[in-house]
Amino acid sequence: MADLLSNPGFNPILRVEGLHKSFGGLHAVKDVSFNVNRGSIKAVIGPNGAGKTTLFNMMAGTFPPSAGRVCFNGETVTGEKPFQMARRGLLRTFQNLKLCTGLSVLDNILLGHHTRGSAGFLGGMGASRKSRREERRAVEEVMPLLEWLDLTGLARTEVGNLSFGQQRSVELARALAGDPALLLLDEPAAGLNMHETEDLARRIQEVRDQGRTVLLVEHDMSLVMDICDEIAVLNFGEKIAEGIPRDIQGNEAVIRVYLGGEDA
Amino acid sequence: MKRYRPVAAVAAAVVLIQLATLILGKGFYLTQLTMSAYYVLAALGLCLVMGYAGQISLGQAGFFALGGYTTAFLTTRDLTDLGGTAFFTVLQGLGLVIPKETLYGGTVIHLSPWVSLAVALILAAAAAYLLGVPVLRLRGHYLAMATMGFGLIVYRIVLGTRLFGEADGLVNVPGFALVPGLEVSGEMSSRIANYYIAWLVVLLVLVLLINLINSRVGRALRSLHGGEEAASAMGVDTARYKVKVFVIGAVLSALAGFLMTHYNGGIGPSEAGVAKSVRYVAIVAVGGMANLWGTLMVGSVLNFLSLRGVFGHYDEAVFGLVLVVMMTFFPGGILGAGTLRTFKVRLVEILNRVRRNRKEVIHG
Amino acid sequence: MGSGQLLQYLFAGITVGSIYAFVAVGYNIIYSATGIINFAQGEFVMLGGMLAYSFSRFMPLGIAVVLAVLLTAAFGGLMELVFIRRMKSGSVLGMIVITIGLSLLIREGALAVWDEQIRALRFFSGSEISSLNILGARISPQVLWVLGTTLAVTAGLFLFLKFTLTGQALRACSENRRAAKLCGIRTERMVSLAFLVSAGIGALGGCVVSPLTQTHYAMGTDLALKGFTVAILGGLGNPLSAVAAGLLLGIIESFSISLLPMAYKDVISMVILLVILVVKPGGLFGSSRAAALREY
Repeated sequence: MADLLSNPGFNPILRVEGLHKSFGGLHAVKDVSFNVNRGSIKAVIGPNGAGKTTLFNMMAGTFPPSAGRVCFNGETVTGEKPFQMARRGLLRTFQNLKLCTGLSVLDNILLGHHTRGSAGFLGGMGASRKSRREERRAVEEVMPLLEWLDLTGLARTEVGNLSFGQQRSVELARALAGDPALLLLDEPAAGLNMHETEDLARRIQEVRDQGRTVLLVEHDMSLVMDICDEIAVLNFGEKIAEGIPRDIQGNEAVIRVYLGGEDA
Repeated sequence: MKRYRPVAAVAAAVVLIQLATLILGKGFYLTQLTMSAYYVLAALGLCLVMGYAGQISLGQAGFFALGGYTTAFLTTRDLTDLGGTAFFTVLQGLGLVIPKETLYGGTVIHLSPWVSLAVALILAAAAAYLLGVPVLRLRGHYLAMATMGFGLIVYRIVLGTRLFGEADGLVNVPGFALVPGLEVSGEMSSRIANYYIAWLVVLLVLVLLINLINSRVGRALRSLHGGEEAASAMGVDTARYKVKVFVIGAVLSALAGFLMTHYNGGIGPSEAGVAKSVRYVAIVAVGGMANLWGTLMVGSVLNFLSLRGVFGHYDEAVFGLVLVVMMTFFPGGILGAGTLRTFKVRLVEILNRVRRNRKEVIHG
Repeated sequence: MGSGQLLQYLFAGITVGSIYAFVAVGYNIIYSATGIINFAQGEFVMLGGMLAYSFSRFMPLGIAVVLAVLLTAAFGGLMELVFIRRMKSGSVLGMIVITIGLSLLIREGALAVWDEQIRALRFFSGSEISSLNILGARISPQVLWVLGTTLAVTAGLFLFLKFTLTGQALRACSENRRAAKLCGIRTERMVSLAFLVSAGIGALGGCVVSPLTQTHYAMGTDLALKGFTVAILGGLGNPLSAVAAGLLLGIIESFSISLLPMAYKDVISMVILLVILVVKPGGLFGSSRAAALREY
């Protein structure tokens, strides 16, 4: 365990302590604890069925843990719903892309901007000045995201007509539209080719450079080793290793689990 | 603004139809057309619930009746006995009492419909809120059944209580004066005015709903369609939004019931029945679930025909049949993607065949 | 209340509760196999009673009942074949809407055929004035028929689901449709079977209580609601606890007459429904998670 983590001066943006999750008799996650430091890029890796997605969902609020604590920005948020986590500044993407088909690219991304607005039902119905102003501001604020991801020309296109890689970009843009302090990426490289993965790596680093923290679940080792400051490894629901990429690569337990490394 | 174009089209249609009835001497159609407008209003409320909260409500008629019976009951009470009380003086001071002369030369004092409007809408909102909060977070069929139960209870109560007229319902409901001289009532002289009032209300609600759908809230609602996970993850409190949508739908229905009751001068228990609720569901489903225009078109046509008695004895059955047939063969509704595509394909086929035939004739 | 009167209320409650049970069992079977709530369930009960009445005019009672049950069952299967099967790819919401429309059509059809008069089937044994004296209560022999049929159906269902291959296949479908398919179970057949059995059971219930509670073309709607309440009370997906829940509701309603005006008897089931939905959607015997996780 890296000494950095036990340094009391550190103020991790996310802290999970003793997380447990069982579904009936199946223990998906067993006593997992770790921190995510501010402004870092961290990955959770492990073979299929290791419990990464379950862990992820507990942090994002999709379901509560059976035991344990989740702390975000110093506050205990265990069991809070996803929309509450979003309001706190934790936004996520989905492995199986959950875009709103039937809506345009711009509308999908603007959904991510939801927490930054406040116009409600009455304002919306009456098309109040405040509501219209907010809409204009929202569009202005997300436009740079579209430009950054080369989606500007596709703004009005219905999202179902996009290529897979473009849809992935929309998911990323949507999560970023909410100006998250912590971005959770669920297997962001799944289904991407080598070029697209390189672009993704670059973009994640740019996100970090904006002052955000990124936590990802990923299978693609090259991506993980390339950009991550820290990696945690899960197997059968337990954390078996944690540290900087070099240490993880040399860790015997990890090597045994992966049989010498694996590519997505 | 582009988004209001369909509203303008509907407004134009409304005017054209009225002029047509004038020219063709079918002025009496206006009565049914006015009533259709109010039924469409209730259907639009349901469209919001079914299309955007994604759940079936079989209680829309219950809210309609709630609005209608509330105003019918309150505005037909004679308040003369309250004469000296403080409560009465306050009401009088606020201009909320209306003296009327009876046929026998005396006077009765009625409550102003503005009061009953407020009461009706508040009651509907409260009922919808109490029903919606626990049930909307469960799976869809729970709300369908719970709202059906709600509708049945309203029906049973009005049918079985003497105060509400039992099987005969309530009658002699006075008109609802919007401004001095302009009244929602069944008076022959104001038939044309009432027609425009009714459709103006519908158009206004359409504008409000279009605004809503195109707003921040509307975007969140539209994202609920395929599943709540995305919306929830982006910070939308889906449970609260669904309840709000349900309340709005209920309030619109109650408003429709309120206006209809003053237009007709009364209301009966059949307006609360499950059969009426099924009608609203049929209209919205066939119209395409989340499609305001589909609901408007299907609702206007079907209700008008029904009110003119075109379906005869089989009135209820027609709605059921339309519902079953359309949903089985055209699940996307009348304006749905599948339906339009089928018609487009057919049209293209026909055009191609015509073109081929012409070629044969020419070169033949 | 004397013990005789107590028993009177009890038996009345059990009689009415049995119908609720029959409807609820029907809901459960279809829900298990397809995940949809069949809003037309109450109409099967009505059809059973009406058909049996018409047949019994020129046929021995026993044959009339059997024929009515078979015909209604066939009708249920036909309904599934024509409407439900097509909607396989459609939304569950759409399917529920269809069953709502179908229930309306069936009701209007019944009105056209039998008009709005109340019909009642002949008593199976004895007549409307014969009564047995059981522990101080005067009970019509028909009540014993109702009880007997309920027990028989419950036992039959239990044995069928637990011990026959088809029954186990049905249970497999309810647990996990895809897995069942992978095991070679013809899920489409199961769905048809579910509708057939549900309709048949409903019709049987309608026949056996008709002499006591009478049959009316519009009775299906009320039954649909109360049957659903019972199904939820017993936990959706559990046909046997539905029977217990049905009898329970019937008894509660029966005793409520001594406390509340009769008009409010129906309100009770609605209140119970709402309370259950709020407090424990999984029902008395089910799990809350099961109710929430159900695919929709």
